[in-house]
Amino acid sequence: MLRKSVCELYSNLVTRPTGAAVRCEIEQELDRIGDRALTVIDFSHVGLLDFSCADEIVAKLLLQYVSTDAPRREVYFVFRGISESHMEAIEAVLERHKLALVTQQTDGESRLLGIIGLEERRAWEIISQLGAGAVADVAEATGLTRDAAERMLDTLWRRRLLIRYDDGYVAVGSATVRAEPMRLDA
Amino acid sequence: MTTVINVPHSLEDKSFEQVLDQVAPLPLDEKIIVDTRHARWASPYGLTALLALAQSRAERPILYVPEAENVSSYWSRMDFFKHAAELYDIQGRVKSAKATETSVLLEVTSISKSDDVHDVVDKIQQRAQDALVKNLNLDAKITMRFTMALSEVCQNIVEHAGRGGWVAVQTYTWRVRLGGRKVVVIAVADPGIGFRQSLESMPGFQRKDRWDDGQALEETVMRGASRFRDPGRGQGLAGVRRFVGNWDGKLSIRSGTARIAVLPKGDWDEDEPLLENLSYFPGAQVQITIPERVA
Repeated sequence: MLRKSVCELYSNLVTRPTGAAVRCEIEQELDRIGDRALTVIDFSHVGLLDFSCADEIVAKLLLQYVSTDAPRREVYFVFRGISESHMEAIEAVLERHKLALVTQQTDGESRLLGIIGLEERRAWEIISQLGAGAVADVAEATGLTRDAAERMLDTLWRRRLLIRYDDGYVAVGSATVRAEPMRLDA
Repeated sequence: MTTVINVPHSLEDKSFEQVLDQVAPLPLDEKIIVDTRHARWASPYGLTALLALAQSRAERPILYVPEAENVSSYWSRMDFFKHAAELYDIQGRVKSAKATETSVLLEVTSISKSDDVHDVVDKIQQRAQDALVKNLNLDAKITMRFTMALSEVCQNIVEHAGRGGWVAVQTYTWRVRLGGRKVVVIAVADPGIGFRQSLESMPGFQRKDRWDDGQALEETVMRGASRFRDPGRGQGLAGVRRFVGNWDGKLSIRSGTARIAVLPKGDWDEDEPLLENLSYFPGAQVQITIPERVA
């Protein structure tokens, strides 16, 4: 697991060049570790986040690792410390790029932000509540066919909202609060 | 030949058009004297636009300073003369600034690079809370959003203008309507390439049947167009529009020969959504106005 506090670099995250610089720092950190990583992006000490910076740090960072085809690396993100004032910029850029992310609140609860379908959200929540689950669990809970549930979980994995292991899945946020969710190459 | 440009007593966004009506017909290299001797008041828009005006001239202009001591002193307090001295030959006695003027949230500040935006954001955060929440009765949530909007409009200079510009923020009483109402105003002015030329620099840009400054403003401000192909671009001004809408504010942007305005829902201001065929002035001049909350 990689933890890096964004506030070490800047206190107010404004302007596109600043956002690009922060994103490059994060990408360089990720380059130093293996092909699979779970990264916590912590905004808890960030004062202001404007739209341009959110686009660079949040949207463009996610776009590097999210793909419906073949993502080049398996990197997952959990965003912590997102305040109400950060939310406006983050939601705007997620909407613009049709992205979603996992945010973890102070009580440890995780939730999805951004653009995500109702059934996808339901499937993610089922896996999150279970801690870990398989295709059959989601198919049973949602009433979807096994094939449909499998496609949905695969989509959530490609969007890096679920971590796939062997024949099962772990919701990204829940993995970070559990003692030994799974071992990632780091 | 030297032409005297008479500055009106009250210098704000609307009356600045009188200045531009006098300047626009003149060749760029013609010497001008900007006569502010009879000025009694200037908004942040007026002060930043006067600096952009000097930047736009090929021949260094002359500035006659205001005769009224309180006006001269206030312009000093706004750091106007500090910057004007680099752009104008100043004639007349400049009064030094008096003690702290609490209506000034941000003195006239130069913006030419990303670090300047950081400095502005750091500075305004210290002052905005009191001014917005206590003096204008606005919800505490506005402080961050106000600063975000300020950041985005300043970044437009860095990203698009092609040369430096100015920003200033102040609270004052809005006198357009009877009775007045306190407002906070952000003014940003640059003499750069402007919205139309910025969009024209987009790769593969194709001119429409009707294509002018008004159309460019509509495309950018109302439809989020940008000269960059990056789909993440254009969100800043969209966010500023949402911000002014949420706080019953007003956004106006002048570029070239047109001015577009996103108008408040309330009745505190009367303006036209789009004005065209104005006197030409290069670059972009932005004004955001947020009124105090009344019960």
